[in-house]
Amino acid sequence: MKLDSMYQEVILDHYKNPHGRGLRDGDAEVHHVNPTCGDEITLRVKYDGTTISDVSYEGQGCSISQASASVLNELLVGKELAEAQKIQETFLELMQSKGKIEPDDAMEDVLEDAVAFAGVSKYPARVKCALLSWMAWKDATAQALDGADAERKTA
Amino acid sequence: MTQLPGLLDTEALRKDFPVLDRVVHDGRKLVYLDNAATSQKPRQVLDALSEYYERYNANVHRGVHVLAEEATALYEGARDKVAAFINAPSRDEVIFTKNASESLNLVANMLGWADEPYRVDHETEIVITEMEHHSNIVPWQLLAQRTGAKLKWFGLTDDGRLDLSRIDEIITEKTKIVSFVLVSNILGTVNPVEAIVRRAQEVGALVCVDASQAAPHMPLDVQALQADFVAFTGHKMCGPTGIGVLWGRQELLEDLPPFLGGGEMIETVSMHSSTYAPAPHKFEAGTPPIAQAVGLGAAIDYLDSIGMDRILAHEHALTEYAVKRLAEVPDLRIIGPTTAEDRGAAISFTLGDIHPHDVGQVLDEQGIAVRVGHHCARPVCLRYGIPATTRASFYLYSTPAEIDALVEGLEHVRNFFG
Ligand SMILES: Cc1ncc(COP(=O)(O)O)c(C=O)c1O
Repeated sequence: MKLDSMYQEVILDHYKNPHGRGLRDGDAEVHHVNPTCGDEITLRVKYDGTTISDVSYEGQGCSISQASASVLNELLVGKELAEAQKIQETFLELMQSKGKIEPDDAMEDVLEDAVAFAGVSKYPARVKCALLSWMAWKDATAQALDGADAERKTA
Repeated sequence: MTQLPGLLDTEALRKDFPVLDRVVHDGRKLVYLDNAATSQKPRQVLDALSEYYERYNANVHRGVHVLAEEATALYEGARDKVAAFINAPSRDEVIFTKNASESLNLVANMLGWADEPYRVDHETEIVITEMEHHSNIVPWQLLAQRTGAKLKWFGLTDDGRLDLSRIDEIITEKTKIVSFVLVSNILGTVNPVEAIVRRAQEVGALVCVDASQAAPHMPLDVQALQADFVAFTGHKMCGPTGIGVLWGRQELLEDLPPFLGGGEMIETVSMHSSTYAPAPHKFEAGTPPIAQAVGLGAAIDYLDSIGMDRILAHEHALTEYAVKRLAEVPDLRIIGPTTAEDRGAAISFTLGDIHPHDVGQVLDEQGIAVRVGHHCARPVCLRYGIPATTRASFYLYSTPAEIDALVEGLEHVRNFFG
């Protein structure tokens, strides 16, 4: 059945057993919503220099948006900023592909569990759900690094 | 097949709606249960639209040639049909807009720019309810922010009805306008108009009724309602998109100022100032949605040929059947009245912890179209502590078999996420 291409086992696993859920200490916090469906996420990032030491989050939403936040946490925590940005951009590219990108080995190496979302990209209404936490992370990161810049300048 | 008393001959009616024959997702018969979002259109309306463009198309009220006169007659003829459909005392009380949202914004702006005694300002109050569609919340928030008026609202009871227990404190001498929904698009609740109108009249407040979910489904009589304004939208009642209606009492339309300026709404224009055409034209600036008005006229003919009381009876029977069948689904909780009494045919529910998005997706895979989300009524979701709902909504062509398909589909959803 086609549904299985969206609801991959990996996605349902992350949905039922999310990684790193709950709000912890962070350098910046953002709240993002998906106004068409009411999905919401509050997300915090914590940096140790340019290393991501934590991404914590709380939210409500469908299996796709919740699983995506869990995958994000698993993938990005511990990474260097530049590498995390590459992962984010690759994920964005995959999600905007309208189902046309068949992830190859190189992409799988970058995205790991997140390749499971390839099937979601065929459903325009759900792409936003999958991207919600990733956009929130990008926004929070910009704010955290802005703040760090400002601190350096005033120091 | 399930036979219920009061049902229409849907087998015959469905032949009028070409889209209902569609097959989706590799062979699934479409089960369209998203009628509260928009209804499907019968062949009669589609034909009226193409006939208008093929034979008559011209701008209205501004030509002496044959087509201009015929197009004007068709457009104004649609106004007559609307006036009769809602039992308006005068055809000049029917203003065409592009949808219900524009109609409601128009009322808010008439009052914001009005002189006494209608003027909404920082010493006055606006009253709405917690079950409004965003279209009947945001225009009033904007008006309140711009004028300093206070926005108040009726809360909801646990069973999805308006809490009118403090009506005398909410509607007061300061209230200028009370605007509320006749039938809720998310809860399905049919509201007690009379009690609200009586209190509003006591304090001299105007009453605006959002009839978007009533006009398609039940007889609508603006005189019986005793409201001052009634708004609704064409696309939910078999008409095309891009056409809405605002009915307003004649003397109010005479007194209240225009909102949008432009061609069509004027009498004379000089570089210094203008005078305005009488209502309804005063409120219809620019080239109106002509074909869409004609399409709405055809939709009204179609609905009249069935009879609004028979449509109401059909949907009531379906709603009774649906609440009974849905009660059999484990973990299903109806958000809104749980019986068919004083209730329309839009039924929102939650299904255990399964998010409505996921419910809708799995139903879609089976060809069943429902709406998921907050249905442009987010305060209702906040009130009941839920992120969103799944909503099934019926119309004159809906059948008990489609409700059975929904119930079966929900079983499938539970298995999928169980
Ligand atoms: C109760 C109610 N009011 C207002 C509207 C707005 O209608 P429209 O989007 O056509 O302006 C809707 C439709 O979504 C509705 O259900």
